[in-house]
Amino acid sequence: MAMTQEEILAGLAEIIDEIAGVPADEVTPDKTFVDDLDIDSLSMVEIAVAAQDKFGVEIPDDQLKDLKTVQDVIDYVGRSSVSA
Amino acid sequence: MTKVRLQHGASAARVLAFGGYQPSNVVTNDDLAATVDTTDEWIRSRVGIASRRLAGQDETVADMAVIAAGKALAGSGLSPADIDLVIVATCTPEVMIPNTAAIVARRLGIAAPGAYDLNAACAGFCYALAAASDAVRAGSARHVLVIGAEKLSQWVDWTDRATCIIFADGAGAAVVGPAGAGSAEPGAGAAGDDEVAPGIGPVAWGSDGNMADKIYISDRNSFIVQEGQAVFRWATTALHPVALQACADAGVDPTELAVFVPHQANLRIIEALARKIGAPQAKVADDIVTAGNTSSASIPLALSRMIERGEISSGDKALLIGFGAGVCYAAQVITVP
Repeated sequence: MAMTQEEILAGLAEIIDEIAGVPADEVTPDKTFVDDLDIDSLSMVEIAVAAQDKFGVEIPDDQLKDLKTVQDVIDYVGRSSVSA
Repeated sequence: MTKVRLQHGASAARVLAFGGYQPSNVVTNDDLAATVDTTDEWIRSRVGIASRRLAGQDETVADMAVIAAGKALAGSGLSPADIDLVIVATCTPEVMIPNTAAIVARRLGIAAPGAYDLNAACAGFCYALAAASDAVRAGSARHVLVIGAEKLSQWVDWTDRATCIIFADGAGAAVVGPAGAGSAEPGAGAAGDDEVAPGIGPVAWGSDGNMADKIYISDRNSFIVQEGQAVFRWATTALHPVALQACADAGVDPTELAVFVPHQANLRIIEALARKIGAPQAKVADDIVTAGNTSSASIPLALSRMIERGEISSGDKALLIGFGAGVCYAAQVITVP
């Protein structure tokens, strides 16, 4: 069954808190990883790996660089989990 | 018909002593920021390095190897005549012919040992330690000098801010000898007793040539190229199972580890690996902060410095894991000498 946007956001916020120490309530869809949440490219890799474990969706490096905002990741995971 | 006779070595091998050498030239992040577009804060947060040591123009891999090996030899209490095999792990030899090991052996006054160089990039020391342990156990050598030595500075593009902030120069060495049956050293065990102070546990190792394009030097006129993000992903996802396999093979639970010495590639990789292996008691090597990434030298260099500073003690169980270009990787549990 496909996850809702809210479920993905909640899961993602949990991951970001764990890896980058950003409080979950600051992780909102419109935030950019680099500028708003101060998350660098290496942390993005760790987040992608954790997202794969949690959502079962692989985010390769060449896709990862295009995911600029929290909403981008939500959309990517949502799309991929539906097609999977 | 005459059969080829086999020989038998010690039932186990151990490290008798470590030694390390760092060049005197300290290069800080601010020094690098003066020539490439980077900052101290950026380097510290991405790779965890505050400063690194670079060899002098005329200082060679063999020069550094000789000093580190001399210290390890002195620490072991053995004389050059006791060494019958010299292995130099390096991916940056001064020249391809002759090999570095024979040069190092001659300069240390070791007469006619087996001598070879081994290239498994940043995994080189753990590969060489496994080869040394196997040689002692098979009886093809009694005491082995294992050295990791690199002059990466001559293979770095000093205008490439992605790599020049990471790589550095140095050497580390270990003397390996018998620990079990057949050993003349104190603590030697009875014949056939595999449980007696093995000192160097079984190696868990491997490689994956599918990732050959992630870290490479394309030809003799080129510099090191690294896909940082791909290497980081690999290192933080594929290696902790290897480290845990080495623990399982040695019969040592990660919670019993007193020391964890991963290759000093990047502090964030080191911290991620430490979290994933679950060794709460282990002192985690962070030598990269002041040594940079010295490839095959990083593990013995870190260990020798931790021993010098009294941070770890004889008898401690240490988990080592080397990993790098190839990709190649190798891990083993050892007892700190």
